[in-house]
Amino acid sequence: MRKVYIYRKFERFWHWSQAALIFFLALTGFEVHDSFSLFGFENAVIYHRVASYLLLGLIAFSIFWHFTTGEWKQYIPTISKLKMQIQYYTVGMFKGAPHPTIKSPRKKLNPLQAMVYIGFKLIMAPIVILSGLLFMYYKTFDVNDTIIISSIPLNIIAIVHTLGAFLLLAFIIVHVYMTTTGHTPTSNLKGMITGWELLEEENISVDKQEKNDHDERTT
Amino acid sequence: MIKVTTFIVLATVLILLSVNLLHEDDPINKAQYELKQKYIFKPTAKVDHSQFDVLKKEFKTPQEVTETCISCHNERHIEVMHSNHWNWDRLEYVEGKGIAKLGKKNVINNFCIGSSGNEQACAKCHIGFGMDGNTFDFNNARNVDCMVCHDKSEEYIKGASMAGYPDRHVNLTQVAQHVGRPDKINCGSCHFYSGGGNNVKHGDLEESLLSCSRSTDVHMAGNGINLACVDCHTSDKHHIKGRLYSVSSTNTNRLECTECHTPKPHLNELLNRHFSKVSCQTCHIPIYAKENATKMNWLWSEAGKLDQNGQPFFEEDSMGNHSYMSIKGSFIWQKNVQPEYLWFNGKAKHYALGDTVSTFPVQINSLLGNADDPHSKIYPVKVHRGDQIYDPNTKMLIQPRLYAENKGDSAYWMDFDWELSAQAGMKEIGLPYSGEYTFVQTEMYWPINHMVSPKDEALSCNECHTSNNGRLANVNGIYIIGRDKNKWIELFGHLILIGSFVGVAIHTIARVVSSKYK
Repeated sequence: MRKVYIYRKFERFWHWSQAALIFFLALTGFEVHDSFSLFGFENAVIYHRVASYLLLGLIAFSIFWHFTTGEWKQYIPTISKLKMQIQYYTVGMFKGAPHPTIKSPRKKLNPLQAMVYIGFKLIMAPIVILSGLLFMYYKTFDVNDTIIISSIPLNIIAIVHTLGAFLLLAFIIVHVYMTTTGHTPTSNLKGMITGWELLEEENISVDKQEKNDHDERTT
Repeated sequence: MIKVTTFIVLATVLILLSVNLLHEDDPINKAQYELKQKYIFKPTAKVDHSQFDVLKKEFKTPQEVTETCISCHNERHIEVMHSNHWNWDRLEYVEGKGIAKLGKKNVINNFCIGSSGNEQACAKCHIGFGMDGNTFDFNNARNVDCMVCHDKSEEYIKGASMAGYPDRHVNLTQVAQHVGRPDKINCGSCHFYSGGGNNVKHGDLEESLLSCSRSTDVHMAGNGINLACVDCHTSDKHHIKGRLYSVSSTNTNRLECTECHTPKPHLNELLNRHFSKVSCQTCHIPIYAKENATKMNWLWSEAGKLDQNGQPFFEEDSMGNHSYMSIKGSFIWQKNVQPEYLWFNGKAKHYALGDTVSTFPVQINSLLGNADDPHSKIYPVKVHRGDQIYDPNTKMLIQPRLYAENKGDSAYWMDFDWELSAQAGMKEIGLPYSGEYTFVQTEMYWPINHMVSPKDEALSCNECHTSNNGRLANVNGIYIIGRDKNKWIELFGHLILIGSFVGVAIHTIARVVSSKYK
């Protein structure tokens, strides 16, 4: 076992502020959806809009960060070991088998995570964001008013947005649970808070490779 | 140096940000503010009619007064004689009928049914003298009643069942010397009391508006801007702006809120956006009949019960309004009524005398419009329900003769015999009557435009944006956020949420159990 600095400052800031915004958007969004009442409809609408702009801003920064740091490569899904990873979660971990993949700053995500997170980034998030933007700028046309979007009925936009919201909620439930499947139930969580995580030893060659990578990036 | 610069830049940004965030503007709605300033000044009379020699005489007949008016205002009577107030009908392009004449002459209502054959009584609200039947000469300018609209002395009153002639006690000289721009009571003397009593028909037009508070009506309130009817219902050549859909059918010459207010009147863009589908009235008139009750239901089928002496009688409800009258039937009155909400594009259809009906309840008038029509908006409407006499063989609603001066003239209000009054009424207008009658359910639609509430009493968001029986629960064709949910998405969403929780729970249990075995 060794302690590794795995999540950098911006990464942690991005993760937690995005988490908070998504929670808040879910809270206000489902209030607007009349699932419960908390802030009152009008406030919920206003808060939901403000939070959505903040999230858009945050996402813009995070996209920039992913590309400038090359971190986006973390999300390239690999088929190899995907089956082993699924096997581990469904069978192996109950037998006390070791993690089939080893986490490192260069390879933070196991194949299953990479698959799910890229789904999150390329499917779930765009669904809610794009439908949300359409929602915000939706105008039906009126004799005196300009047409911005009229060919997409509002109920379609609303249905897509709601569907995306449900998918995100389901993601959060499973995601939060999966953090407990690390070395200890809280080691993943601590890692995301402090940046330092207790990881299994890797073999030296990988370490070297990573060091080289790191050098390349910093020079 | 760099540190200092950075600090200064950051500090400036922070200060500017906090100034912006913490500073609360007292927002002035400039357009509205300007409107208020504009209507502070009330028009004053340009001349004093009491100084004119031609008016310093004793008038024996109301026609003499009209002649004297015309002697100076020598073109105005022509304008009046082109108006619907005079003609009781007008040419209109009616959807489904083409060019048609429509008006009080041939449409009926859901109250006292129709004026045909009952003119002696109904002409109390005709702007003429002597309209007592089919013989009235609509080209005789002497019979134009200038005074009913222009009297400022509050002396003038039309007599009951006098075919539009003034009451015998009216001092015509006094009236003639005090004429001017119409006040609320001039319009109200007919429009408040139509249907046989205060607020019977409209629900949003009644005598309390003569002196009301802002919470009753922001526009007409004595403690508000105190507008008169004609401030909004302006006229050009005695052609008055505004549509009453109990007798009108076209989307023309309407008086809309945007006549004064802009189409984007709120400082809040989200509220402005509603205007593409929601009329101003929908949110700003949350209830009508705020001060006095209005008639919501009228069952003619109940009429005709007599007391033990064989005399007609009446009963009153808890508010002191007639709940039963032998001559008219039973009524339901309501106060502080929530409107019903309908799509409306400014066009209406009417049952005209002689039309046959195939669907029930019969729509005495119906407001046209639907969600997909870009001219339609959601409007608050008073729906007046009831029943009326109907001929099941000709499939026509019957225009009964209701009023006559004496018994034995087949008038229902005298003889209480539907058979005779149906026969006489239909004969009068030249329509067939099979000799058989029954009662059918009827509905009449009155868009609500007055009794605008102050803005803090307007509808709040969640009165419509709710899935729990909100105000717009019955408005279809539109997706309303908070009201509408797609049941499949809801089902799928709940299933994956429950599935996620169940999966997580099973996994947790399996982990706990397996760790015990190790």
